[in-house]
Amino acid sequence: MKVTVDEDKCCGAGNCVLLAPEVFDQREDDGIVLLLNAEPAGTEHARVREAAAVCPAGAIRIGEGA
Amino acid sequence: MTETLPGTQSETLPEFPGVRAEKCPFDPPPRIQALQQDGPLTRVRLWDGSTPWLVTTYAEQKALLSHPQISSDVTRPGYPLSAPRTAGGSLSFILMDDPEHHRQRRMVQGAFTVRRVESMRPAVQRIVDGLIDDLLAGPRPVDLVEAFALPVPSLVICELLGVPYADHDFFQDNSKTIIKRDTTAEERAAAGGRLFDYLDGLVGDKLDHPGDDLLSQVAARVKAGELTRAEAAQMGVLLLIAGHETTANMIALGTLALLQHPGQLALLRESDDPKLIAGAVEELLRYLNITHSGRRRVALADIEIAGQVIRAGEGLIMANDIANRDPAVFPDPDELDLRRDARRHIAFGFGVHQCLGQPLARMELQVVYGTLYKRIPTLTLATDLDRIPFKHDGQVYGVYELPVTW
Ligand code: HEM
Ligand code: SF4
Repeated sequence: MKVTVDEDKCCGAGNCVLLAPEVFDQREDDGIVLLLNAEPAGTEHARVREAAAVCPAGAIRIGEGA
Repeated sequence: MTETLPGTQSETLPEFPGVRAEKCPFDPPPRIQALQQDGPLTRVRLWDGSTPWLVTTYAEQKALLSHPQISSDVTRPGYPLSAPRTAGGSLSFILMDDPEHHRQRRMVQGAFTVRRVESMRPAVQRIVDGLIDDLLAGPRPVDLVEAFALPVPSLVICELLGVPYADHDFFQDNSKTIIKRDTTAEERAAAGGRLFDYLDGLVGDKLDHPGDDLLSQVAARVKAGELTRAEAAQMGVLLLIAGHETTANMIALGTLALLQHPGQLALLRESDDPKLIAGAVEELLRYLNITHSGRRRVALADIEIAGQVIRAGEGLIMANDIANRDPAVFPDPDELDLRRDARRHIAFGFGVHQCLGQPLARMELQVVYGTLYKRIPTLTLATDLDRIPFKHDGQVYGVYELPVTW
C-alpha cells in the first residue's frame, strides 16, 4: 500500500488522525495533514482505508501494490 | 422528470423542512424520510415557493458535498434559503467558497487539531465535574439545559476564544434568536448586528492587549493585513455560535434519548472503556443529527448524478439526517445502538465545509457522556416526554428545557 496526501485539498478536520494516528498527524499551526508513514504495515491498512473513505476533502489517496 | 416545475405542479411537492411525527421526536419527519425510497434526488417546496432538489441518500450526498461545482454562497441566485435574507453585512467563511473559504479556515484550523483538542481534555473534565458538583448541591428538579448543557460548551468556547464568561448571557440570547427558524429577518439581522458589534469590540481589545487565545490570533491577522477587522469579527461570531448551541443540544437531547433507551444508558453508566464512550458519541451524533435543516448549496455547473441532471443555478439540499438513516450504510438505521460502528456518519457534514470544531465537539461529548450518568446514576426525567418543548423551529434541533431529577 502506498499512501499520498494532498495538502492543498486538506481541510484539517482531523478524521484521519483519529482513525490512524500511526499514519497521519496534523501540522501544529494550521491543522493540515502530515503523512507519517507512506507505506504503512499491513496491520494499518484497514484503518488507512477507512481514513481515506471518511476524509471530507478527498485528500488521501491510496495506491495498491507492494 | 421535468427540469422546471410550473406553479401548480410545485403545489403537490412535499414541503421542506417536514414535520416530525408526534410520538417520534428523535426521528426525521416521516414524509421526508420516505422520499429516500423514491431515489436519491427528489424535489421539495420551500417556504418561498422555490423547488430545489432534496438529496436523501448517503452516497449521493457525499458525492455532491465534495463536488467542486457546488457553492455555499447564500448570495447566489438559486441558493435554497431557509429564511428571508437581509442584504448587507459580511459573510463568515461557512458561507464562502474556496479559495477564500480555505484561506480563512486555515487561519483558525490550528486551534482545533486532534492533538490540541486532546490537550484541553483535563480542563473540560474539570468544567464538567464542577458543574455536576453544583447540580448535586442544588435543588431538584432542575433544568438540565440551563444548569449543565449550555454552560459546558459556553465555558469551553469562551475560554478558547478569550471571551469573558460574564458576557455569556448576552451572546446566548442573541445566538438563540439567530438560529431559531421562525425568527423574522429583522430580528435576526438585529441580533447578528449586536453580536458582530460585540465581537468587533473584543477584536479591538485583543489588538491592543493580545492574550493567549484564539481571538488574539485572529486579531494578529488583522494587524498583518491578512484579514479586515470586519472579517475578523465575523469569524468570531461564527466560532462563538457554531460551537455553542450545537454541543449544548447534543448534551441535552442526547441525555433525553438515553433516558428513553435505558439499556443503552446503562452501557455508558457501567463502562470506563474510552472506545465504547467514543463510539457512543458517534452513534448519538448519527442518530440525532441535530443539524436537521440540511446542508444547503447551489450548483455552479450542470451536474449529472444518479440518472438526473442538476442544472447550473439550481438549489440543492443534502438532508444529512436522512442520509444518516440510509439502510444501505447503517443496518436498522432507526435503532439507537451505541455499539454499532457509526463513524461514517455525516452529522458534521462532508466536503471542505465539514465541521471545523468536530474534534472539540467529540471530546466535549465524550467527557460529558462518560461522566454525567456515572456521577448521577439515578438521573431521570422530571416530566412526561410529551411535555418536553422540542426545537422544531430551530436551525439546530434540540430541547428548550429538560427538567430532570435523581
Ligand atoms: C456536536 C456539535 C456540532 C455539530 C453537530 C456541528 C455540525 C456542523 C456541520 C453539519 C457543519 C457543516 C456546515 C455546512 O456544510 O454547510 C459545521 C460547520 C462548522 N462548525 Fe460545527 N458542529 C458542532 C460543533 C462545533 C464546534 C464545537 C465548533 C467550534 C467552534 C464548530 C465550528 C464550526 C465551524 C467554524 C464550521 C464552518 C466550517 C466551514 O465552513 O469550513 N462546530 N458544523
Ligand atoms: S481527514 Fe482529510 S481533510 Fe481531514 S485532516 Fe485528514 S487529510 Fe485533511
